[in-house]
Amino acid sequence: MKRRSFLRHTMHSLAVPGVLGTMGFRMPRASSLSSLLRMAADTDRVLVMIYLDGGNDGLNTVIPLDQLSALNSVRPHVVLPDDSMLGLSQSEVALHPSLSGLKSLYDEGRLRVIQNVGYPQQNYSHFRSTDIWMSASDSNELVNSGWPGRYLNEIYPDYPESYPSEEMPDPLSIEIGYGSSLLFQGPAASMGMVINNTDGFYGLIDDQEEEAPDTPAGEKLKYLRLIARQAHLYGDVVKTAAKKVKSQADYPQTSLADQLKIVSRLIAGGLRTPLYLVRLGGFDTHDAQVEASDHTTGEHAELLETLNDAIMAFMADLEMQGTEDKVVGMTFSEFGRRIVSNASLGTDHGAAAPMFFFGNAVKGGVLGENPIIPPNANYDNNLEWKYDFRQIYASILSQWLGASDSQLQATLFDGFDQVEIIGASEPFLANKEPLEKGLLVYPNPLNGQATIRIGQTHETVSIDVTDMQGRLVKHLGQTQIHGQEEIRWDTQNLPKGKYFVMVRGNMTKRVFAVMK
Amino acid sequence: MNNPNLKSYHPKNYKELLKKYRKVAEVVLDPIDKTSRKRKAVATGLETYSGPWGDEEIMHLLKRCTFGVRKSDLQQYRELSFAEAITAALTQGSPPSPPVNDYNNAAESFIDPDVPYGETWIDAARNDTFTGERVVSLKNWLIQNMVTQPATIEEKMVFFWHNLLPTKAWDVFFPKLSYRYFEMLRRNAFGNFKTMIRELTLDPAMLLFLNGASNNKDAPDENYGRELQELFCIGKGPNAQFTEGDVQAAARVLTGWTFDWDSWDKDGVVNVVFNKWLHETSDKQFSSFYGNRLIQGRSDETGAEELNELLDMIFDNDETALFICRRFYSYFVYHEIDETTEANVIVPLAEVFRNNDYEIAPVIEALFSSAHFFDQANRGAMIKSPTEFLFGMWRTLQMTGLDSTDPADLKDQNSSLLWRMAGEGLEIADPPSVSGWPAYYQAPSFDKYWITTDTISNRGLTTDSMIYWGFWIRSGSQIPIDLIELLKEFDTPEDPNLMLEEASLLIHGIPPSEVEFAELKAILLSGQENDTYWNSAWLSLMNDPENTEYRLVVENRLKPTFQRLLQLGETNLF
Repeated sequence: MKRRSFLRHTMHSLAVPGVLGTMGFRMPRASSLSSLLRMAADTDRVLVMIYLDGGNDGLNTVIPLDQLSALNSVRPHVVLPDDSMLGLSQSEVALHPSLSGLKSLYDEGRLRVIQNVGYPQQNYSHFRSTDIWMSASDSNELVNSGWPGRYLNEIYPDYPESYPSEEMPDPLSIEIGYGSSLLFQGPAASMGMVINNTDGFYGLIDDQEEEAPDTPAGEKLKYLRLIARQAHLYGDVVKTAAKKVKSQADYPQTSLADQLKIVSRLIAGGLRTPLYLVRLGGFDTHDAQVEASDHTTGEHAELLETLNDAIMAFMADLEMQGTEDKVVGMTFSEFGRRIVSNASLGTDHGAAAPMFFFGNAVKGGVLGENPIIPPNANYDNNLEWKYDFRQIYASILSQWLGASDSQLQATLFDGFDQVEIIGASEPFLANKEPLEKGLLVYPNPLNGQATIRIGQTHETVSIDVTDMQGRLVKHLGQTQIHGQEEIRWDTQNLPKGKYFVMVRGNMTKRVFAVMK
Repeated sequence: MNNPNLKSYHPKNYKELLKKYRKVAEVVLDPIDKTSRKRKAVATGLETYSGPWGDEEIMHLLKRCTFGVRKSDLQQYRELSFAEAITAALTQGSPPSPPVNDYNNAAESFIDPDVPYGETWIDAARNDTFTGERVVSLKNWLIQNMVTQPATIEEKMVFFWHNLLPTKAWDVFFPKLSYRYFEMLRRNAFGNFKTMIRELTLDPAMLLFLNGASNNKDAPDENYGRELQELFCIGKGPNAQFTEGDVQAAARVLTGWTFDWDSWDKDGVVNVVFNKWLHETSDKQFSSFYGNRLIQGRSDETGAEELNELLDMIFDNDETALFICRRFYSYFVYHEIDETTEANVIVPLAEVFRNNDYEIAPVIEALFSSAHFFDQANRGAMIKSPTEFLFGMWRTLQMTGLDSTDPADLKDQNSSLLWRMAGEGLEIADPPSVSGWPAYYQAPSFDKYWITTDTISNRGLTTDSMIYWGFWIRSGSQIPIDLIELLKEFDTPEDPNLMLEEASLLIHGIPPSEVEFAELKAILLSGQENDTYWNSAWLSLMNDPENTEYRLVVENRLKPTFQRLLQLGETNLF
């Protein structure tokens, strides 16, 4: 049984309505296509990227159980005790003891572990390897834009001149943390909004002033900040979204949890921003990665606990807000760490490492075989990559955000074989109280025969499919609805992309976003 | 030529020409904050500063004296003692070479028949086909002088006088006269204020702008007679009790000064003459504010001397020195003048002014070497105008621009600055009114005028563009700054803390808070906690400057760091 419902009943009444709820489902102006598009966008999907800053030790995060004896001989200073690890069923791996929450997600089929992700010709510099991961370049290729930045530029080529617009009034991406990373840098402009620190966010939404010196210069500074806040391109929409959310689940008192709390709040408040970046720093554990007396404690254990607890609070909050089906999370780091450990109880910069994807929509399980640890490994040995990190980017862009082949090509400069990350979302949607919104299309993403379920009306409606720009793609016909009907739709020949299914009658104006 | 209605010299298509050449409509800024918040009294006065003399003091001096400080400026002043630094900052250089024909366009057969490309037009006769281009050329020349200024106060003094004693180039629409007006301001910028006012009164551009040339006995025009007192000399302080009668009397004194119309349309100088037939010859009686002074009317050529008597009378009045000193203070030190400042700074400064027969240099020197000027309360306490912001960015960040001396390239480059600034409420040579720009006089908002939601967004976009996609100069030329070249000039670019402190010293009005500083450092280090990661990234590049990977690693750290650093509110202070 999925844990996704565990807050639903007690908290459902607190869930703040998104755009649909506040506008009322029946559209006041039936003719306004852009309003319909905005409504549909409420079902848009979100990818939250968690950057584990510094190079996370993959071998102590996802432990290959069939390599324990080699691990004990080559990394004695950091290796975890056998009985401490959290084995994952139907797999040959275990998680670090700090990751009990992630294990429960795994048990529920809501955690995807992808082993051995990296790239050819590993670079061991933090700066350079971070740039490679964020730009999605080859190791020896210099690219000064980020892969999500290029993807957003494909979808919104007129950014920033023509934005915010009625169709996309929200930030294209939001980065929380200290500054604008390469990730959201587009070919020319930066494609997102930065919330420099969590205090800055609460300053924005609560009109709190940051501290300024009590001097004439400080008085001018306060004024400048006040006007800058008022001028922020997205200040109002972010503030409005945040203000809609009156209550959130409990989060631990950590920086990462603070960041994810904001992300959840903005998603629940109805922002249609598809991409978020948050960070957890401190993974550069050259020494003191573990405590000598107990390898399950120490810096790395604390970091993973922080990660685990923040993710679990975030998941609980998504459920409380009713947004759990539209959010997928992902962890990444600039590299894993060295196979051989340091006598200082740490590990040096390494190569391939696992990635996590979590969320109701992911396909649960472990992807990829265990790495082979040479029992006589020396300092120069590193884990080989089995999945190029750009395969992972291509997969999540395509399967979750609906990127077309040409968008993938422009974003990643090349075609990459995809791996399965997203599961069929049909069960989630189909099992729901079906017609909360009077219209449901599944499976979504589309895959061959689709079902359009229309309810809560008694009149003749016209059913059309449009593209993102609102251009008619297909007229599926007119039909009389008596309370609830289902219509079949063959999507075999539909090109990949995002679409809207529109159902319109005299009294009925509904729209549902789908993707193929 | 006889010209009874002076504005009739504007060409018939004047409005279309304005529309064509004036790329940005006049922006009227509306301050959001109209409240006034009094600062705590600052005890220091005009006594000579005797505190520490280090980078912070040098930067305070140079930020107030120039439009933006380059690292080399700081280096230059580090070699000087306090007294030497004050002398150096207040030194006047040789005049700049005049503006040139940068507007010939062979492709469009737009060729000035009188002035070859690259030669100056300041002596050429009026030619309305080229008036618009010459006005823009004049403005670009002013900008060129400001952006390429040495580390001295000269360009700011010219701007100060232009703001206080303004003419509008688009109204005058006679660029060689506008050039002569600026040349007059520069010639007198450090000289004698009384001389400057006399020259201003007879300045051709001013005679056109405030209608002095049409002020005659049959149709007296009070415009200049009023502003001479209200805006240029006496001011509107509580003790400035001149009367409407004084305005009328001054206007009558000034009747008869007009153009030598023979020179009006010719090459060379347009002459200003005293025409006794147009002079009002009766006696001019002034009020008790001026000690009931009577200026005897004269009917012959000696009527011209009435002007000297008028100026003697105005300069005998204590208000003149007080007024100008207040304007110096609010432009160079702080907008607000409370009772303490009035007593400790303004009154003694005005005394210096009067004791030196209205010589400007001693007043400026006294102000800039005072303990009050260097008081901590005044540091970073002013908001940058578009000049300090935009020119400051170019200078401090060492923007190369098109890196060309071709007049057409310079024209495009300076025009991009001109219209950007105009869009933010400061079009050089065309203040909104005869009072100058409101930020310099309008209580209680003063310098807060410069900051609206629009202008602050534009400032952020400007710096973002300089960091990332390049400052737009013309189609196809978007030029970013070279952060690596900039850092090479720093004392210790390899040390993340010292590098950021130095960047802040050059760019910010006050240091960022600890939280902000930590943010900047986190961006620079990509979140790593160990300073050596930046250290080795920078030194690797310096050891192997051709290595493009090292370069990109450094650039990818510097760009977001400087983007954030420039977006901080502190960037707008000086």
